[in-house]
Amino acid sequence: MQSRLPILVFALLMAAIPFIPGVPPFWIVLLDNIGLAALVAMGLVLLTGVGGLTSFGQAAFVGFGAYTTAVLTTGYGLSPWLTLPLSLVVSGSLAVLLGLITVRLSGHYLPLGTLAWGLGLFYLFSKLEFLGRNDGISAIPPLSIGTFKMLSPGSIYYAIWVAVILSALLTMNLLDSRTGRAIRALRRGHVAAEAFGVHTPRAKLLVFIHAAVLAGLSGWLYAHLQRAVNPTPFGAHMGIEYLFIAVVGGAGYVWGGVLGAAIVVILKEALQSYLPLILPGSGQVETIVFGIMLVALLQLAPGGLWPWLMSFLPERTDGKKPDTSLKLEHRARAPAEAGVLLQVEKARKQFGGVVAVNNVSFEVQAREIVALIGPNGAGKSTTFNLITGVLSATSGSISVLGKKVDNAPPQEIVKLGISRTFQHVKLVPDMTVLENVAIGAHLRGHSGPVSSMLRLDRTDEAKLLAEAARQIERVGLTEQMHQLAGSLSLGQQRIVEIARALCVDPMLLLLDEPAAGLRHMEKQRLAALLRELRNGGMSVLLVEHDMGFVMNLADRIVVLDFGTKIAEGTPATIKTNPEVIKAYLGVAA
Amino acid sequence: MNTTIMLFLVQDGITNGAIYALLGLALVLVFAVTRVILIPQGEFVTYGALTYASLAAGQMPGTAKLALALGIGAFAFDLFEARKALHGRLVVRSFIANVVLPAIVLALTLSLAAQKPPVAVCIALSLVIVAMIGLYLYRVAFQPLAHTSVLVLLIASVGVHLALQGLGLLFFGAEGQRGPAVLSGAFTAGALRFTGQSITVYAITIAFIVALWLFFGLTLYGKVLRATAVNRLGARLAGIRTTLSGQIAFLLASVIGALSGILIVPITTLYYDSGFLIGLKGFVAAIIGGLVSYPLTAVAALVVGIVEAFSSFYASNYKEVIVFMLLIPVLLLRSLAAPAVEEEKD
Repeated sequence: MQSRLPILVFALLMAAIPFIPGVPPFWIVLLDNIGLAALVAMGLVLLTGVGGLTSFGQAAFVGFGAYTTAVLTTGYGLSPWLTLPLSLVVSGSLAVLLGLITVRLSGHYLPLGTLAWGLGLFYLFSKLEFLGRNDGISAIPPLSIGTFKMLSPGSIYYAIWVAVILSALLTMNLLDSRTGRAIRALRRGHVAAEAFGVHTPRAKLLVFIHAAVLAGLSGWLYAHLQRAVNPTPFGAHMGIEYLFIAVVGGAGYVWGGVLGAAIVVILKEALQSYLPLILPGSGQVETIVFGIMLVALLQLAPGGLWPWLMSFLPERTDGKKPDTSLKLEHRARAPAEAGVLLQVEKARKQFGGVVAVNNVSFEVQAREIVALIGPNGAGKSTTFNLITGVLSATSGSISVLGKKVDNAPPQEIVKLGISRTFQHVKLVPDMTVLENVAIGAHLRGHSGPVSSMLRLDRTDEAKLLAEAARQIERVGLTEQMHQLAGSLSLGQQRIVEIARALCVDPMLLLLDEPAAGLRHMEKQRLAALLRELRNGGMSVLLVEHDMGFVMNLADRIVVLDFGTKIAEGTPATIKTNPEVIKAYLGVAA
Repeated sequence: MNTTIMLFLVQDGITNGAIYALLGLALVLVFAVTRVILIPQGEFVTYGALTYASLAAGQMPGTAKLALALGIGAFAFDLFEARKALHGRLVVRSFIANVVLPAIVLALTLSLAAQKPPVAVCIALSLVIVAMIGLYLYRVAFQPLAHTSVLVLLIASVGVHLALQGLGLLFFGAEGQRGPAVLSGAFTAGALRFTGQSITVYAITIAFIVALWLFFGLTLYGKVLRATAVNRLGARLAGIRTTLSGQIAFLLASVIGALSGILIVPITTLYYDSGFLIGLKGFVAAIIGGLVSYPLTAVAALVVGIVEAFSSFYASNYKEVIVFMLLIPVLLLRSLAAPAVEEEKD
């Protein structure tokens, strides 16, 4: 994604096409349409392919963009250039409104919700008096620069493709940044992202707005290309078509959106003009063939065509190691670093009638490794979730440095310097190890989406990546830094999670079964790392089943059984505690 | 507004709502089992309705040929998939189920169509034809994609919808059709007039909901479907063939769709593309029901029907706007009560 050269070549190629002698003017019209569809699809790539939020409603945002400029230029005589920002603002602000309602929907409600308001808005466009009802609005002025009026499809061609290529660049810049990593983490569920301070509803709203603004831009261009608008192109069918443009092209890839637009627009056109020659008969044959080809295409390449094409190119392993000499500022720490860091008092969690954690109390001191052990189902992971704010306790309290943090969301807990790993690894498999680890440093960066798009975030970004690279080095995965996280073994993925947690610059590290899936040597290295961290001033609370590992490492052990604490003490006393032996081995006959 | 009008509107709403309930139930069923958001459900409705109307008018419906064509396609897919381990029994079984059966139905349709068969025969034939289309469609379009994401399945579903709608135009033309009433006659109770048709709609809807409830609660196949819906992998490990579950779900959905079509085509004129909007309203009900709850979906469908009836009386221009915007407050409520559970998506 770093190299700009292919994009430059592509831009020059697109700029040259109208000058090639003998290019039929009709091709330029097609290219205009491809560009318009590509803009919307690009937004969907970010929204659906990357962010995991499926929207059928994008056609409505194209409509907002188009109608805004149509009403303002014809009714109030504003210049089209003045209505450009207004069109974008209207689409963007309506996206905020609709987004606030929709993005919080989980799972499949979201696409259905967007379908619902997409349809509703279409009918609204066709019924409202000031939008011209079904007839729409005509006689929209063309775009003009000075006295040059962009009347022909050939003259607006440049406006459209400049918009496409600029939007692609901005979108790719956004994806390759601190905000972009947060967006890319959305699709894998929000627990992991939130554990590192990502405000997921806000990130979702952001991509929603981004996609809507791109759709609005497409609508604005459309209005000045056609010089007339009516409700038809903003209906539910178009909303669905934009979505399948993105999916056919490859929903996770910015250029997949452009490729998908080209395929769908050209395919439809070819079917419309050539099919009647082969299969004379009543109309709509092209719809049938189009539908069948769509299904066939998906069966052949379910991931879309862009990744399929890219798989033919030699794989690039552009492993440029970040400059680790750059220092990232430490997190602002609470002054008191000695004494009790974490205090759990009579914490209780009930799921219906099941008491998963039953009035458990324990504490973690500064510079201490505490292990939480117990048979399966003892409530260890639930305790972790209570401490990190993923679950809220039914009763009892949890304090960090003497301050109660009951019911604080995960984003607040991590700000206090408590970071964690997960029992079931929660990495983004299609991001590199470096990018995954950099999510851990999310709160230590501050570049927002706009500065990321404009590439003003580079110093901040370099520091974040340097910190991530340092932590990867610390856990001994430097060689895997540029591999995709999903390609690592499960044990290595657990270590990646530890590096990510270390990026928070924590005072307390919560590790959920870190040694599971590790080989003997790796376990020893992990134990050495944890000791080193403790000696450096950090505390560790870990859940682990490997007793040899725990007994050699922990300063203190807390034993849970069926949600209740049955013992607490040094490894030596725990080993001989009859209650513990009973819980693990049963009672001797 | 007087009570009579209100009662009329409520009655009208309940009749439509009952249809939406059936469709909503089918959508929930298919989604739960196969993760396919079945946009072609609307086409099952129009195919059922227009096949029935064509047969009743003594015309040969093109859907019977489509069933055979899809059946041959399904047979080809079966052969291709089993190409490494072809054995005679499998080939014969697949041939009978996918080719011989639709061929017999096609022959039957050809011979009966010209003689304007009685209503009962028309209904039976239409149901069988659409049921076969649903079944083979799953084999040809969705089964090869069963492992992909909900999004890809959804787009495939859109592709199928487009193809079927285009075929609908080819088979039935752009003209709307109406079919004969399933049950003629009427009686009045107070100010209200109940036609035999609307009584049939109520009776069949209720019967279907009860039947589905019994099917899922008491039969082995019903439990197989539920198991697949809860956890595909787990169901497979327990020896359940998930493709079988998918086939049953599509079979049920196509039968329900066709039946809904047959029930409404005597009341309203249906066109080849009417199914989409009708299906979408079933969809609205299904979403309100959260795509999981059958009783809630049924209640929601009645609400959708009644809201539609009232808004077409008061603000007919904004009828569709109101019906679809009905979802927004529902979604809002759901998002306020959004569960904090983690969902892993692929």
